[in-house]
Formats: sequence, structure tokens, C-alpha cells
Amino acid sequence: MSAIQPVILWTDALVFVLVAAGVALTLYIRRHAHLRAPWGEVARRPMAAGAALVLLAFVTVGLLDSLHYRERLPDSPPDKPQYSVEVLSAFDALVGTLRTRQEKTYSAPLAMHLYAKEFVERDGAAVRVYPRLKYGGAHLTDEAGRMPDIARRVMLGIAQGVSVAFLVFGALAAWQAARRKQRYGEWLADWGQGRLGWPGRTVVLVVALLATTVAVLLHLAAGYHVLGTDKVGQDVLYISLKSIRTGLVIGTLTTLVTLPLAIGLGIAAGYFRGWVDDVIQYVYTVLNSIPGVLLIAAAVLIVQVYIESRPELFDTAAARADIRLLALCLIMGVTSWTSLARLLRGESLKLRTLDYVEAARAFGVSHTRIIGRHIFPNVFHLVLIAIVIDFSGLVLAEAVLSYVGVGVDPTMYSWGNMINGARLELAREPVVWWQLGAAFVFMFALVLAANLFADGVRDAFDPRMGGRR
Amino acid sequence: MFAYILRRVLYAIPILVGVNLLTFLLFFVVNTPDDMARLQLGAKHVTQEAIERWKVEHGYDKPLLLNHQATGAARFTDTIYFRHSATMFAFEFGKGDDGRDIGNEIRTRMLPSLAIALPVFVIGLLANISFALLMVFFRSTYLDLWGVVLCVVLMSISGLFYIIAGQYFIAKLWNLLPISGFAAGLDAFKFVLLPVLVGLVSGIGSGARWYRTIFLEEIGKDYVRTARAKGLSETRVLFTHVLKNGMIPILTGAVVVLPLLFMGSLITESFFGIPGLGSYTIDAIQAQDFPVVRAMVFLGAVLYIVGLILTDISYSWVDPRVRLQ
Repeated sequence: MSAIQPVILWTDALVFVLVAAGVALTLYIRRHAHLRAPWGEVARRPMAAGAALVLLAFVTVGLLDSLHYRERLPDSPPDKPQYSVEVLSAFDALVGTLRTRQEKTYSAPLAMHLYAKEFVERDGAAVRVYPRLKYGGAHLTDEAGRMPDIARRVMLGIAQGVSVAFLVFGALAAWQAARRKQRYGEWLADWGQGRLGWPGRTVVLVVALLATTVAVLLHLAAGYHVLGTDKVGQDVLYISLKSIRTGLVIGTLTTLVTLPLAIGLGIAAGYFRGWVDDVIQYVYTVLNSIPGVLLIAAAVLIVQVYIESRPELFDTAAARADIRLLALCLIMGVTSWTSLARLLRGESLKLRTLDYVEAARAFGVSHTRIIGRHIFPNVFHLVLIAIVIDFSGLVLAEAVLSYVGVGVDPTMYSWGNMINGARLELAREPVVWWQLGAAFVFMFALVLAANLFADGVRDAFDPRMGGRR
Repeated sequence: MFAYILRRVLYAIPILVGVNLLTFLLFFVVNTPDDMARLQLGAKHVTQEAIERWKVEHGYDKPLLLNHQATGAARFTDTIYFRHSATMFAFEFGKGDDGRDIGNEIRTRMLPSLAIALPVFVIGLLANISFALLMVFFRSTYLDLWGVVLCVVLMSISGLFYIIAGQYFIAKLWNLLPISGFAAGLDAFKFVLLPVLVGLVSGIGSGARWYRTIFLEEIGKDYVRTARAKGLSETRVLFTHVLKNGMIPILTGAVVVLPLLFMGSLITESFFGIPGLGSYTIDAIQAQDFPVVRAMVFLGAVLYIVGLILTDISYSWVDPRVRLQ
């Protein structure tokens, strides 16, 4: 009798399919020198390598957050177990009390008092004071002890983060020196002068920064709400971290929907020309001519009607929100394949007139084989570049769509919902800025890392294209 | 030239028909009038009677495409498609769920939208080109490198942040401009200033970076080398030769969005309370006012297609070879 029941939501399944595909692709690329070369070029760029590490940190949180389960209710009989309606994830289990330590309402970052005054019984009389938080700074006796305590935790975090980074660096140096049959000092000198052939200094710096950030956050979060709490008293740091998965899912699954459409139709239009080209061009001009947000809004409204009229299909709120997220990805994918398809069409038009394709056709090679062996491998770099470039745009689009009311489910953790919920609180006095700030900072970090990485990928795979769009 | 334009205009007609059919499919076939009625009536257990009454009130009680009960032309005209979808070709959009005439709303709301969108477009174009030229002039120096980094950073910030930060700091904290609102005539100026400023800042990152690559591509061409070989100064080369030729892709690329400026910007208008088409659309989406959303989809498509035609014309104007294809 297990204490948990694993739950595989639709997006979880697709995320893991995507991970499997990524692993397979990596293995394939490793075995082919001509595919490995441009990736080596990406890894040699300091900006791209650093950005990749930051992205990796985000992806780790997102993947942990994609392992869902439901807890068994403690008082349910062992032979007929009942499970909680709340769907949790491995990430929730990992962060432990961050999720459950809920306050009454808003509180500022690192505060020990609530944001709003309340009547409290004191010595028989009711007085209006800022009540103490239940968890934030609960270990302190008074306000005077707060700043030293915070400083102590930050110092401790920095010390630990830096020492972890040193350990990693030492292990790296030992391993690398052994591999290159160098002396320790020689390798260190090479590292210090950037002669490793890969951006060693940037990698170490980013690892150190990440480790320090995590360590400081861990120490602070043990005693405080690092980024404050929201309207219902939930920890903003927790919400922001949970939102990572939503952003990643939208950025990647949408592309997954886009790819077959864009690749299939784009190459078909360019390769076959004639009426096939006409039909496909017609379809994408029609789709393109409808303003993107409106088409998405129309489709989302329709999905919403569908979901609302069929409540019996979903057993938990999480499942319903998940289907809506998936639908959003589908819709955004169907509306956004056109630009890549147009690019691939143009490229295929050029490729089909090349001598080796003509030769293949003269030998009687079938169309599917020509496309598979000669056309597709030669446009693949464009597909790859489009994937990484579109990712950041999609993450930003989620926030806008959620604001319009056609984004993810309102119950879902997402940066768009955070911004939407906190926007009106700016009118308050004093201002409630932490929820907005947290959402923007997290979004900025992810999008900036993705943009820098995309730049590296684009330059490595297609130096000529340099920043079209 | 005339034949070319005519050909482009004729080519637009099937596309408009496609858009019309697609919106019809989305709004009436996938999402039936019954669903709409249930959504509008709101309550959990609405009766079939109430639904029928709602459909009659809103004119959705007809068959979708073919009316078998009618005779003659009415077989085709007395249908939902003809009444609600085909009429859009004549720019008759009917009434929204709030009972107001959509065509009328569009006409009165176009100008406020334009008052924001046009300055953002024109000044934005100038600012982006200037910034891009500056980076190109100092290319391969630290100024260029950090300029590009700045562009990427600006691009990575959510547009919502610019709006909220602008409203908070400029309007609320420093009290320089009103937070939101709109006024007719010249009074509009102070209301327009902040949205325009925000629009400029949020667009400059991607815009300047894009134009920079266009200019850099141009700088590698043969005529630039010739100009330098003649002994022209770098400034002359950049401002007369490269700028002029780089403007061709920039301007032709900008033409396509020109008609869409009428539609305004959804987010900006709703944040700043501008009574334009953008906020009209967003209100309609939030109120699930399907007739208005439908009308805006069609209008957007028409304007986009006008933009495409204008693009083709401008291409053939700067490069007459295009016309012959």
C-alpha cells in the first residue's frame, strides 16, 4: 500500500517525451562530427555557455515540478485508499514547508509583521497593531534582532555557496588536469588566462553565482518569506518557482506543436511547388492575416466553453488547468507555425534546384527519400534556430495572454497570473511591489538566458543570418 | 503598374473569403449558438426554452448555411452565415452583446487608437534607426558590443513591466503625467505622452538590433567598398550610401503594419484607459462578446491584407524588376 498515487498529467507526459527526444537527439549529435561541430562552437561562447547553465537550473526546477502525485489521505482505510484532491509534485516535496507555511495576507519580503494592521487583544484592550507573522521571523523576539539575523543568514549562505563552488572547481580542475595530463598549476594557469578552448572562467563564475544564490535563499527561506507573501498569504518565492514549469511548458510544447506543421508544410510547399505550394501559401496567408492575439483569444474562448460544459471529464482542478495549458500550447502552435514554414519554403525552393538533388531525382529516388536525406538535413539548422528564438517570445506572450484573460487557467501558478493579480495592488499605500517584482525578475532571468543562448546558437549555426527578426 | 496592383488586389479576395469562413467555422460550428447562449445566460441549469429565446433575440435561430424551409434566394440569405458572417464583406458588423452598433464604435474609436499608435510607430522608427546607426558607426568597439547587450536586455523585459513601471514612477510617484485616461482634441496630448514613451522604450531593443544587422549586411556590399575606395569619409559612406540602401528593407518591412495601426495596441490601451479599438477588443474578449471579437478578427485581417498590398506596391516602386514576375 503506497502512500502516494502518481499522477501523470497530459503536459507531464509530453514534457517527458520531449526530454526523451532531447536525449536521443544529443546521442545522435554526439556520434556525428558535422553536427557536433556547431554545438562545440556554441559551448565555446562564454555568453551562450553561461546562459545554458542558467537555463539548466530553470529546467531542473521545471522537471522536478513535472513529477506529480497525490498523497493518500491519512484516515482512509488501507484496503480502499483514498487520495487527496490536491496534486503535488516532487518539487513540492523537496521545498517542504515553503508551500504550507501560509500567512494571513500580504507581508513584505523578509518581514516579521503582517502588511495590514489588525485589532489584537492586549491586556484586556483591543489595540490596532501590525500582527506578527505565523512563520516569517517567528524565531525572533523583536524587530531589533531581524537585520543581524538576516545578515548572518546571508553571510552563511554566501560562505556555503562559495565553498560548494570551490569544491566543484577543485573536482573540475583535478579531472581536467588528469585528462589533459597536465600539472594542477598548469591547468589553473590555462584556466586563468582563458586558454582552455571552452569558457572555463564564465562557467565557474556562473556555477558559483547559482550555488551562492541557492544557498542564500535556502538559509533565508528557513526563517522568512524571502519574497514576501501574496494576498492569501502564500509565499511569493514558492509561487515564482512553481511558475517556472508553466513558462517552460508553454515555451517548449508550443514549439513541439509548431514543428510538424511548419516542417511538413513548409518543405512540401517549396519542394513540390505547383498547386501544393498555392494551397499551402493560401492557408498560411489566411492564418497570418488574422491578428495573432485575436485568433488565440477566439480559440481559447471556445476551449473554455468546451471545458466548462464538460466538468465530468476532469477529476481534479489540476487536471482541468493542465488541459487548458495544453490547449493554449496547441492554439499558439497552430497560429505560429507560419513564419517558420515560410522560411523553410524559401530554403527548399533553393535546395531543390541544387545539382545533388537534381541528380537524386534523375536516379529515380523517391520524393520522401529526397526530402528525408537531402532537403530536411539542410534546413534543420533553421528549425533549431527558430526553436530557441521562439522560446523567449512565447514565455513573454504567456504573461500578456494571461492579462487579457485568455492565458493559462487562473488557478495555475504562472508569472502572467502573478502580474495580473498584483497589478491593482500598486495603488495601495504602502505599495505591494514584491509580487510584481518577483514575477518580472524571474521572467527576465529566464528570457534573458534564453535570448543569450539563442544568439549563441544562431551565430554558431548560421553566421550569415545574424539577428534577422 | 496598374495591372500589377489590380492583380494584387484580386489576389486578396480569396484570402478574405478564407478568413471569413474560418471565423464562421470557429464561432458558429465549433462553438455552437447553444454554447454561446449557455455562456451568456450564465446560470448552471439553463432551460432549453431560455436558450431558444436568447437565440431568437440575437438572431441566431436560423440554420447555419442552408435554410431548407425557405424558398428562392431566401434559402441562402435567411441563414446565420449570410446574416452574421457574409455581411462583414460590406463592413456591416451588426450589434455587440451590449446592444451598441459595432461599426459605429469602430469609427469613433479609431482616432484615439491612432493617436497612440502613429507616434509610437513614426518616432519609434526614427529612434530605432538612429540607435542602430550609432552602433554600426562604432561597430566592433565596446560601444557596439554593449549596445547589443543593452538591446538584448531591453528585449528580455516583459512589455507589461514597461507599462507598469512607467505608470508607477512617472505618473504616480513623480506626478509628471496622468496615469491613464483620454481627452478629445489637443488636451489629449498629456494623456498620449506616457503611452507613447512606454511604447518607444519597449520596442527599441528588438527594433534597433534588427536594423543594425540590416545596416551591417549593407556595409559588406561592393558599392560600399567602391565608395570607400573613392576616398569618401566613413561618415559620408554611412549616412548617404548605407543609410539610403538600408532604408529599403526597413521601410518596406514597416509598410505592412501601417494599416494595422488603426487597431491600436490591446495591452497599452487597456492599461492607459485609451478608448480605442485595442481596449474595445480586450473588453470584448473579457466579456466574451463574440460579435465584437468576430468583427475585430475580420477588420484586422482586412487591414493586414491592405498592408500586404501596400508592401507589394512599395517593393515594386523601389525595385521595378518585381513587377515583371
